[in-house]
Amino acid sequence: MFKTVWKKMIGLGLVAMLSATALVGCSSETTTENKTDNKKEQAAETTLDKIKERGKLVVGVKYDLNLFGLKNPQTGEVEGFDIDIAKGLAKKILGDENKIELKEVTSKTRIPMLNNGEIDAIIATMTITEERKKEVDFSDVYFMAGQSLLVKKDSNINGIADVNKKGVTVLTAKGSTSAQNIRAKAPEATVLEFENYAEAFTALKAGQGDALTTDNALLFGMAKQDPNFRVVDETFSEEPYGIAVRKGDKELLDVINEYLKEIKANGEYDKIYEKWIGEKPKQ
Amino acid sequence: MLDYSILIEHWDMYMQGFANTLKASVLALIGSLAIGTVMAVFRIAPIRALNWIGAAYVEFIRNIPLILIVFVFFVGLPAIGIRFDSFTAGTLGLTVYTAAFIAEVIRAGILAVPKGQMEAARSSGLTYLQAMWHVILPQAVKIVIPPMGNQFINLVKNSSVLGVIAGLDLMYFGDLISSETFVTFDVYIFVALFYLLLTIPLSLGVGALERRLAKSR
Repeated sequence: MFKTVWKKMIGLGLVAMLSATALVGCSSETTTENKTDNKKEQAAETTLDKIKERGKLVVGVKYDLNLFGLKNPQTGEVEGFDIDIAKGLAKKILGDENKIELKEVTSKTRIPMLNNGEIDAIIATMTITEERKKEVDFSDVYFMAGQSLLVKKDSNINGIADVNKKGVTVLTAKGSTSAQNIRAKAPEATVLEFENYAEAFTALKAGQGDALTTDNALLFGMAKQDPNFRVVDETFSEEPYGIAVRKGDKELLDVINEYLKEIKANGEYDKIYEKWIGEKPKQ
Repeated sequence: MLDYSILIEHWDMYMQGFANTLKASVLALIGSLAIGTVMAVFRIAPIRALNWIGAAYVEFIRNIPLILIVFVFFVGLPAIGIRFDSFTAGTLGLTVYTAAFIAEVIRAGILAVPKGQMEAARSSGLTYLQAMWHVILPQAVKIVIPPMGNQFINLVKNSSVLGVIAGLDLMYFGDLISSETFVTFDVYIFVALFYLLLTIPLSLGVGALERRLAKSR
């Protein structure tokens, strides 16, 4: 009986949740407007000057993404690939990797936060796209992610061609671009979509599918969690991650690109990559 | 106003989901009726061990959330080498779960048949099973029709649990269509209409059956 009531409530709950999200969206809009005044006052000096003046680099990062930006519940520290890149940048600009302030951003909040001056730059697994280039300026690619496959260690699947067969089942999350992508690129495979990647991974562990597909950045996190699984080398979509700055912030952008070149040349980048991804970057 | 283009554009998905929900419901209905009847008879049979098995089954299963029972079939059993696909795992979970409720309904029906019926049947030379099958159960069936109808309707709605384990039912395709189109409300309204297409006839059918049996009594 309770079960029945519950089922009916799901629909209502969904509507309620959606409206709640919409409200949250509105309230952050208001913040944006308030901050525009500050932005105008400081428009005279460049972002780089401001960073040096306050002696601190403010970077927007993710707090909820394993390996890239994850708040460690034990220490309260945010850790990950993006964080190490951000710290290195603080060292480059201010000479000290601790002269940094991390602010949590989500895929939805990061561009507004950058544009209203709350953060100086975004280092948050942000894919460089033409759409976004209209709103922000991107650095060179600092991480090349792409859709890939997570499979059992001893699996003979090594790429998209191996799953484009009848009888092969690929798992992913409901409504993801990964789902649309895999259907287009492996039309022969059976695609099963779960509530989220955690559930899809549980199903994969139970042998309910042959592979799990999404961005390799996420897959690396799962493979690290369970060593019985590996990420195949091949990627079949390109998701180049870039560091974003405000449009026209050329001075800061030049420093960032110079920094990225430096760490790639001196091996620092490889060290960070290996520390989080667990293998050397492929070039 | 509902966006009917969603229904038209995703007709195939709705139909596949509807067909699978229907299939899961019919299979689970037959299965749970069989298991439920056996468990009900176990609970009242004059053999201690059987009573115990029946009671344990009912109390254990009906006090666990359906989704967990489904997970046992979907991700639990594979750990010991038994693997069912999503649809089968979901249907089995639904069957096992519903059987516990059906067992209780049938047990109540059997107990509602006056005791003298069994005594008379046994003293006319029928065995316990013969008396149960030919005398008690036919009378119990009439008594249990209304509560049984409720269980069947619950079963159809509970089949939406398949959506969680990618069981290709109505709920699963509803989720897919809504995350693809973002027209959440309309998509689920159509899903609800498809469920009503199954449950309302079921409801009417049970009512009609009830009236017919009441006359023949």
